[in-house]
Amino acid sequence: MTRQFGRRKFLLYGSATLGTSILLKACASSTTSSSGTASPAAESPAAESPAAASGDTIKVGVLHSLSGTMAISEKSVVDSTMLAIDEINKAGGVGGKQIEAVQEDGASDWPTFAEKAKKLIEEDKVVVIFGCWTSASRKAVLPVFEEKNHMLFYPVQYEGQECSKNIFYTGAAPNQQIEPSVDWLLKEKGKDFYLVGSDYVFPRTANTIIKAQLQAKGGKTVGEDYLPLGSTEVTPIIAKIRSALPNGGVIYNTLNGDSNVAFFKQLQGAGLTADKYPVMSVSIAEEEVKAIGTEFLKGQYAAWNYFMTVDSPENKKYVEAFKAKYGDDRVTNDPMEAGYISVNLWKQAVEKAGDPGTPTDLEKVRTAVYGQEFAAPEGPVTMKPNHHISKTVRIGEVRDDGLFEIVYETPKPVDPIPWNQYVAETKGFTCDWTKTGVDNPGKFKS
Amino acid sequence: MFTGILDGIFNGLSVGSVLLLAALGLAIVFGLMGVINMAHGELMMLGAYTTFVVQNGFKQLGAPWTQFYIFFAVIAAFLVAALVGLALERGVIRYLYGRPLETLLATWGVSLILQQFVRSVNWVLVIGLILFCLLFFGGLWIVKRRPDFERIRNWAIAILLPLSAAISFAVGSVLSKTYKLAVTKPWFGAQNVDVTAPKWLLGGLPIGNYQLPYTRMFIMVLTVLCVLGIYFFLNKTPWGLRIRSVTQNRNMSACLGIPTQKVDALTFALGSGLAGIAGCAVSLLGSVGPNTGQNYIVNTFMVVVVGGVGKLVGTIVGAMAIGITDYIVGTGILAQLFAPIPPLANFFTFFATTSMAKVMVFFLIVVFLQFRPAGLFPQKGRTVDA
Repeated sequence: MTRQFGRRKFLLYGSATLGTSILLKACASSTTSSSGTASPAAESPAAESPAAASGDTIKVGVLHSLSGTMAISEKSVVDSTMLAIDEINKAGGVGGKQIEAVQEDGASDWPTFAEKAKKLIEEDKVVVIFGCWTSASRKAVLPVFEEKNHMLFYPVQYEGQECSKNIFYTGAAPNQQIEPSVDWLLKEKGKDFYLVGSDYVFPRTANTIIKAQLQAKGGKTVGEDYLPLGSTEVTPIIAKIRSALPNGGVIYNTLNGDSNVAFFKQLQGAGLTADKYPVMSVSIAEEEVKAIGTEFLKGQYAAWNYFMTVDSPENKKYVEAFKAKYGDDRVTNDPMEAGYISVNLWKQAVEKAGDPGTPTDLEKVRTAVYGQEFAAPEGPVTMKPNHHISKTVRIGEVRDDGLFEIVYETPKPVDPIPWNQYVAETKGFTCDWTKTGVDNPGKFKS
Repeated sequence: MFTGILDGIFNGLSVGSVLLLAALGLAIVFGLMGVINMAHGELMMLGAYTTFVVQNGFKQLGAPWTQFYIFFAVIAAFLVAALVGLALERGVIRYLYGRPLETLLATWGVSLILQQFVRSVNWVLVIGLILFCLLFFGGLWIVKRRPDFERIRNWAIAILLPLSAAISFAVGSVLSKTYKLAVTKPWFGAQNVDVTAPKWLLGGLPIGNYQLPYTRMFIMVLTVLCVLGIYFFLNKTPWGLRIRSVTQNRNMSACLGIPTQKVDALTFALGSGLAGIAGCAVSLLGSVGPNTGQNYIVNTFMVVVVGGVGKLVGTIVGAMAIGITDYIVGTGILAQLFAPIPPLANFFTFFATTSMAKVMVFFLIVVFLQFRPAGLFPQKGRTVDA
């Protein structure tokens, strides 16, 4: 009995000591290495690192969903944004100062986005925020940015009909994505359109625009339908498409997220093939193709400003840098590239203004952003006084390897028109934040 | 016209059979055991992910095997989900029987944990977890053999818990420092993963202008098999008899020597396993991602409540009724039917989009439950709780 007792005790104490020693060792090793990873840019000149850490940095906020439904898409935009920040830091920073990124998680929940934006501005005192994906999250943070007179770079294509003094939109306005693609479809694929979308602000506004455009250009809307976000039961929609377009026609798809997977899988099962029923999508990029499966999407179309297959030295450099940082199997897509552009445009503006501003006074930087040009992976882009950028429009066809064959591109960048000219309520309105002498430079009749 | 009607019936039934397959597991867990399992959707998701893993495994095996992975995936999904369900029952739910609110919150928490788990699972996490379990529960087991265990129980836990957590954390960080990306790379990541039906399930059976998708037929067959299997199990096997008796009167069953705890665990595992099969099936139709389960959880509860808690036949009829109503309203067949009466036709045209059809279906369910609060097939008898 006593012997056994002793052995147990020995075991217990022995494992306790072992565990503690391992723990101590791990702690020691982790502290040294974490200081190494915190400032990788300042690794070689060791003397600089304390200076960089002690306030000689520019704090910027990165606000995307890292959890929840939207994490799927937004995580990769964060990756691309961080790549741009790292590149700038490695090249010496902005005006000699290193950029320090503060990441916050919007958790796919729109009020959380507003809260975190407030936190980034008030507590972290960042001078700019890069973030948001869905229009709903942008609409949620908009009042915060206007109240604080702060600055947001928004990297996703959206429905337009907005022009805030405090937001720079680096994704496409409708006239840089939807309208050219409808024109192309009318010319190449047919006049009968069926519109399918998720049930929220972007697809509904986009479809209003498409319907007005089709009416103006001699096309026909034979039906439209909306799926609740996240719904995967698309059988009724497919039945309706078949009865509305018995001999084939164009399907214009503004579905978002998981519904796309169900839609394409079941479209194929129902025998609606790409040659008779071409589908044009505006929310499907390289990452989504990978998740849906190439065999379901082959031959279908997508409209974007950037595809991974764009043939330019800038794009080659960007794709290589991204793969080197995040792994060879990763792909790049349009919103990621827009996130990359955002950081670079902001950096150029700060350099032009001479200083990054303070959280309460960003006026100099804001005016410096106008007219900034950047040789982006998609081609040259210019920030216009209406807070949107000029972009090249492209249409891609999904090929066997899951990337896009570019079948059409505009000869030069298209200027952005945030207020839509096909929709009666906004016809004739423009936005120009350099304009003085009008009540609201964000929306006035020109 | 005839093929049109056939197509309509087929589509309505196929929408219903997806609902039924998803709700079948819940009909057992919620219907028979009365456990509000919010993690049911996540068990489906685990089934879907298992399908993904099996699919990739069979891709390695080469040509003839890749075509048949789906059969093995169904079995694997059942086993994985059943095991997780068993662990869930043993670890969480058995402490909460008879407390529906706490069960609801606890299982909801579990569902969030499972979602985040598939997002961030990697070798470090798995090794760390296994190590922690080995150390902590192994340590407890050793201490338990001491005669004075009850006296030192709290003390032992207070030491073992931080110690084993610290050791597994340390091992994890050492591993990730040494092997870098090879062990820290997430298995699945936050992205959706791609499950593709085998070649013979792609496409469909052409009938005139229409085409019946093979995947839908496969799911209908699978649903029928599951229903038959459950029916046989509950009514013709000794364990089924025990499950039914525990459902009807727990105390009396216990008095008669039925091991109620074992029966609970078995029932829960069975329900979870069915959720796994459902997950495998829906992966053929839709996306497989951390949120897959959330898309189905509301519908499954709706089916069970409409059908009547505690009756399998209610779930079957409820699923089919909801599926067919949803399809008929959503496709606007009613609007065409009432075309001669303009106000009615306009009314139904308004509801003839997918999202508005959902509104209509929910509205009908609310009205229905006003008149039949216990569902289509309520449980009768003295044992039913008032």
